[in-house]
Amino acid sequence: MNKNVILYAAILIFGLVAPYVFPAFKVQLSILCVLIVLATTWNIQGGEMGYNTFGNILFYGLGMYLCASVQVGMFFPLAEWTESGGEKTFVHTPSQFFQGMAVGLVVAAVVPTIVAGLIGYAILGLRGHYFAICTLGLGVAAGEISGGIEIIGAGQGFTTPPFPNVGGLEARGEFFYFLSFGALVLTFIAVRSIYSTRFRLILNAIRDNEDKAEAMGIETMKYKIIGWMVSAFFCGLAGGIMGGLVGYIDSTDVAFDGREMGVFMVLMAILGGKGTLWGPVIGATVFHIFKEGFWTFFLGWQYVALGVLIVVIVIYFPEGIMGWLREKYPERFGEVVDEKDRKAQVELK
Amino acid sequence: MDFMVFQYPMITVQACLDGILLGILFALIAYGMALQWGVMNIINIAQGDLVILGGYIAYFMYLYGIHPAWGVIVSPIIMYFVGVGIYKLVINKVVDRDLFISILATFGISILFMQLMNFAFGADVVLANSGYGTTFLFDNAVVLPNSKIFSAFISIVFAICLVIYMKKSKLGRAIRATAQNARAAKILGVDTEKVYAATFGINAALCGVAGALISITFTIHPYMGLPYTIRSFMIVIVAGLGNLPGVAMSGMGLGVFEEFADYILGTEFRIGSVFLLLVLILVYRRFKLSRKREYLK
Repeated sequence: MNKNVILYAAILIFGLVAPYVFPAFKVQLSILCVLIVLATTWNIQGGEMGYNTFGNILFYGLGMYLCASVQVGMFFPLAEWTESGGEKTFVHTPSQFFQGMAVGLVVAAVVPTIVAGLIGYAILGLRGHYFAICTLGLGVAAGEISGGIEIIGAGQGFTTPPFPNVGGLEARGEFFYFLSFGALVLTFIAVRSIYSTRFRLILNAIRDNEDKAEAMGIETMKYKIIGWMVSAFFCGLAGGIMGGLVGYIDSTDVAFDGREMGVFMVLMAILGGKGTLWGPVIGATVFHIFKEGFWTFFLGWQYVALGVLIVVIVIYFPEGIMGWLREKYPERFGEVVDEKDRKAQVELK
Repeated sequence: MDFMVFQYPMITVQACLDGILLGILFALIAYGMALQWGVMNIINIAQGDLVILGGYIAYFMYLYGIHPAWGVIVSPIIMYFVGVGIYKLVINKVVDRDLFISILATFGISILFMQLMNFAFGADVVLANSGYGTTFLFDNAVVLPNSKIFSAFISIVFAICLVIYMKKSKLGRAIRATAQNARAAKILGVDTEKVYAATFGINAALCGVAGALISITFTIHPYMGLPYTIRSFMIVIVAGLGNLPGVAMSGMGLGVFEEFADYILGTEFRIGSVFLLLVLILVYRRFKLSRKREYLK
């Protein structure tokens, strides 16, 4: 236990000093935090519950649009803002900006949670690949439909309020870094505390055999919906932060970006190891470093590399990094390995 | 919103005819999907991208001065080998695994194809002009391009040929046997590996035919693949596996739905309404089944 405390303290301290130690990577670190949040929340469905969703991007995009709309709409007419296409007809004062952001983030987290609760009963009744395709459809439909709505910019896009002129670029980077790091810490603590309760066992029971879990008297639907609502809460929050960070929202390329973010979160969780607490964190970190480090070498060929990467990871590493570690050092994961049994296995080989 | 549909009844006729001709094409793609789903238990997200690739083959023939209608012959031949190649490289490793693995792997292939096509052919919306002219019906109130009629006719011809082939030929029998029980087929001497490769190849060839027809009748664009996948998935889940009349009917139904969505909601919501319809159909079936304490699986 003591070792864990040191580990967490080290990560927390690293997180707090990182923007000052690596000032050039502030934006990248903020994106990394958002990616970890998304991978962790995907893991609640895909890893623990066995419901492979492509639809969590729906909550991410919803959060993004909601946060920006609230931030603008609180002080200025929204339609005129989007119509001007980012022209500086209205300027937020610093206090307006931060107030708007705070309220916007709350709305961005709460509304997707409610949406998840409302559609959860209908969607989570599907299983297996029907669920996967249905959520894929949901994400794409949201992107296509939001691309046709005038008040949030339609195909033209939505420029989020620019950061007020206090402290220049440095302050902007630090603000969004600490915001996303805060979201990450919040997510991690929430997910960790959830995973240490009976809730995780119920989710795992649903994954392993839902019919049996139901027969044992567990109200599976209730827990599935709660799990999805938790995911939606943090996805929406991450979306709201990401919208402010990017500064520009497009319906299919930024918000409901099923081709990028929607796949990334699945990929990161699988790369790290589904159904573990640390897997998505490790997976997201490795993925982000790989992506940012090597993307420049594939200039223009990123999506080709992404396609190949998906195929390779899915075919050759379906258990992910944590799964590989677990196979190699089962003792560290609290699995008791019978020495005789292991010898017998080796002899068999 | 546009209420032209209610003011001019002829638009209804137009939309229905357009939708039916379009739906026959969708049904052809869906038939390929049903085939591989039934035989290999794989949902191929890259289905639509195979269609678009087939369309580009016809388009390039058109660019080099060959009439694009010949693409209907050339494109499936090339696409057959593309399909077998994809099978050998990727699909044979995911056939026996979890369905989600196959969905994700084919999603990767889809992204790969999308981007490769974007590099190779550019991001422009293109079409191959067949020069078939148009037919006017009911005092010029209904306009039907002949290319649409041609494409529907060719689709029907290919579908009938395929059905006969599946019924009569040795490979067709082997495919059907594998679909019923792969293990038993293996015991009785069917080389299932070959059957799977051929199935995937035939599916890709069907996509090639459909793609060539789409490049003549409509437009193609590297990123337009996913809607075709979703449409064929939708048609298959409505009709069920191995139900060809059902596939044809639900294909036409979807085509008509899309034309009406286009007229009533506007073109920008057309693709969105297709995806939304998928969600609604799945949810409807889920509630219908849950009355009997069953679920979609």
